[in-house]
Amino acid sequence: MAPPTGRGRPAVHPGAWWLWSLGLAVAATRTTNPLVLALLVAVSAYVVAARRTQDPWSRSYAAFARLALAVLVIRLVFAVVLGSPVPGTHTVLTLPEIPLPHWAQGIRIGGRVTAEGLVFALYDGLKLATLLICVGAANALANPARLLKALPGALYETGVAVVVALTFAPHLVADVRRLRAARRLRGRPDRGLRGLLQVGLPVLEGALERSVALAAAMDARGFGRTADVPPAVRRTTAALTLGGLLGVCAGTYGLLTAEGGVYGLPVLLVGLAAALAGLRLGGRRSPRTRYRPDVWGARAWLVAGSGIVAAAVLAVAAALDPSALHPGVVPLAAPALPLLPAAAVLVGLLPAFVTPAPEESA
Amino acid sequence: MIRFEDVSVWYDGAAEPAVEGVDFEVPEGELTLLVGPSGVGKSTVLGAVSGLVPHFTGGTLRGRVTVAGRDTRTHKPRELADVVGTVGQDPLSHFVTDTVEDELAYGMESLGLAPAVMRRRVEETLDLLGLADLRNRPITTLSGGQQQRVAIGSVLTPHPKALVLDEPTSALDPAAAEEVLAVLQRLVHDLGTTVLLAEHRLERVVQYADRVVLLPGPGARPVIGAPAEVMALSPVYPPVVDLGRLAGWSPLPLTVRDARRRADALRERLADASPVDGRDPSSRAASNPGTEVPVPRRFLRRRSVPDAPQAQPAAAVTSLAVRRGAVEALHQVDLTVTAGETVALMGRNGAGKSTLLSALVGLVEPARGSVRTGGVVPHRTAPRDLVRRVGLVPQEPRDLLYADTVGAECAAADRDADAVPGSCRALVTELLPGVTDDAHPRDLSEGQRLALALAVVLTARPRLLLLDEPTRGLDYAAKARLVAVLRGLAAEGHAIVLATHDVELAAELAHRVVILAEGEVVADGPAAEVVVASPSFAPQVTKVLAPQQWLTVAQVREALSS
Repeated sequence: MAPPTGRGRPAVHPGAWWLWSLGLAVAATRTTNPLVLALLVAVSAYVVAARRTQDPWSRSYAAFARLALAVLVIRLVFAVVLGSPVPGTHTVLTLPEIPLPHWAQGIRIGGRVTAEGLVFALYDGLKLATLLICVGAANALANPARLLKALPGALYETGVAVVVALTFAPHLVADVRRLRAARRLRGRPDRGLRGLLQVGLPVLEGALERSVALAAAMDARGFGRTADVPPAVRRTTAALTLGGLLGVCAGTYGLLTAEGGVYGLPVLLVGLAAALAGLRLGGRRSPRTRYRPDVWGARAWLVAGSGIVAAAVLAVAAALDPSALHPGVVPLAAPALPLLPAAAVLVGLLPAFVTPAPEESA
Repeated sequence: MIRFEDVSVWYDGAAEPAVEGVDFEVPEGELTLLVGPSGVGKSTVLGAVSGLVPHFTGGTLRGRVTVAGRDTRTHKPRELADVVGTVGQDPLSHFVTDTVEDELAYGMESLGLAPAVMRRRVEETLDLLGLADLRNRPITTLSGGQQQRVAIGSVLTPHPKALVLDEPTSALDPAAAEEVLAVLQRLVHDLGTTVLLAEHRLERVVQYADRVVLLPGPGARPVIGAPAEVMALSPVYPPVVDLGRLAGWSPLPLTVRDARRRADALRERLADASPVDGRDPSSRAASNPGTEVPVPRRFLRRRSVPDAPQAQPAAAVTSLAVRRGAVEALHQVDLTVTAGETVALMGRNGAGKSTLLSALVGLVEPARGSVRTGGVVPHRTAPRDLVRRVGLVPQEPRDLLYADTVGAECAAADRDADAVPGSCRALVTELLPGVTDDAHPRDLSEGQRLALALAVVLTARPRLLLLDEPTRGLDYAAKARLVAVLRGLAAEGHAIVLATHDVELAAELAHRVVILAEGEVVADGPAAEVVVASPSFAPQVTKVLAPQQWLTVAQVREALSS
């Protein structure tokens, strides 16, 4: 048996991988061009294939790919069954239409299925699928638990709660499997819904007991120790955090409404700064230190930057030349590959070359 | 270092105190062993040191517990984290992070140590516990012994003055237990760490203890003294002490080495006698490995109709291979179990013992080869039909129990097995006198729960009974009861296969011992021959009286009295 070998410390800050993949995801939202979208998927798949490690979370990419495929199929099925808002002339097939009462006007089941409608649904579904695949890439490349480690000290306890919740689900699944197998030993069928329901209570009991045991272990290991903080600092923290959040709300409101265009951005920025300062000050209450924190080095800048470049170029291109990134559906036209956006997407391949390859398992 | 001053603990709603009149001190740099039968409050005493009792568990603690001068009354567990390190019974429920290195650092991070200090201590601890090769491994991929060492390491890095361990070796195979105990020895001897530990498997730990604290019974005052003194009056004792008491040695020997030095006279007295077996001699003949030649087995495999139940073995496994994911858990395993025979499966953690048992009840499908239990292929047989042929008591007996009272559990077992109503209850009464119908299975002790699960499985009268690690968490008295029950079943003609790390149990019960390593059978033969030949699987009595082939104190006692 070949045990999984060490992955070592991550070569790149997990946050950089998230920025990279979110950059690609933002790029995907700016276009419906199937060629650009396919290129985005190919880029993310290549980087994942080249740089993912042997760890359990690395396998999530396949799950996300399957989910994306399911989204695409569902979108197409809806377009076929429920019709499409896009007018079209090329009828592919005609389904028998189900007559609906008059109050359901505007809804159609069955009827004509046009090529335009299908292509529109395909483009739309592809965009969503690409988005999901990009998020999946981040999941496969960066350990979610390590990302949470990068949270500011004041949010540390929330982070731990999330990590514990993340490990809770796999344990629960393992418990259900074990207990259903045990039903077989009692001479009861181990399949079927009833079997699942009957193990429900023991599974929850087990999960609760494990959580309590973990809480006891964490308490005994010093989780939740607090440092003494002078009252002035405490009050300042509260004021900064609350004031900052209010500022963020007001600023966002200003940005989104037409009249607030002038004060929106500055208020938002000031609010954000105040909230961050509050968090930083709040971190003083926790005496925690970090063991070998991930460093944000040149590689992290390159990885994150490549994703941001892709997003920025596509956003600008979509604003300047919408037709290239949104190929026409009515009338049907073959999509062309716009060169500049395609080149920007290819920049997203950079991480596959600037980061070191993961250690192979022996 | 750790001082208990007239401590008693009452849990909420309990009629009696969990422990009472506990008054002792663990001096700095000593290894103190806490012993006693199940349910006398050993875990409560250990929990009181770290402050988890009563801060976390609730209840009332009277008296005073101080650790390194800090009173647990005024200090919460998290404020004691830098002076006490606690490792509970199940190391898996102790881990907060997912890799070895992060786990070692976790406690120090909580205490706010400087990054440079943390880095240095993690490296030191990796070396101290022999974990350097595993530093980046996800914890869930480690073996039981490795996990236990990581758990100990994770509480060592903050450099606590005292270490508290609850049953650190109970779940481990003999070699892994040695590994953990060697680490504890090193901590006590080289670093002056104070260690307080509770353990049922006294044969593994008693020789390392500087001092023993005995809790003789629920609510009884503890007895404190040197190990040999306390062992003379303890209700729980390892086989080597039992042998010493039998032979009238004083002071009592605690190690095989001590005992061997004094055993000359005993060996002489036993020279003419030969071990008489408490096990049914007729079934021993059936277990003769001579019957295991490949020809009849192939013959059995070809015969498809189970026409002659007497001639048929209770289980026949032929060149079995089982895959678990990418790993081949079993490879080319052959095993035949006949009626009335007791077989002990032994081997390291992860050697494939549980997988073989699962294959015998059809929980896993063979990748190659065949499995037949009572003439049927288990994984293709309906569960209702299968329970009459084979029953498995899993490692965690609680998995078999769903109902919220013993009575309901028994009624359900009768229904599942189509047995006469009341048959399960009769079995429970036999195995567990004094347990009422309205008791909740969760409130039972480890040994009682095992007996209840055993009764549930036996209600269907399976011809083949499988037990996975049945003595985990059992004290010697519960183990003796289990041995008596299983011997009775074997005499009635049940075939029994037990997977166990407990060499003493195997010596008491098994006619045949099968040793598995990396999914293959590496030894298969009569118990006496196999265990005597192996340094790690030989029981203490065998080691003391070698080259004579005695397995248990009971055999010696019988030979001396006749």
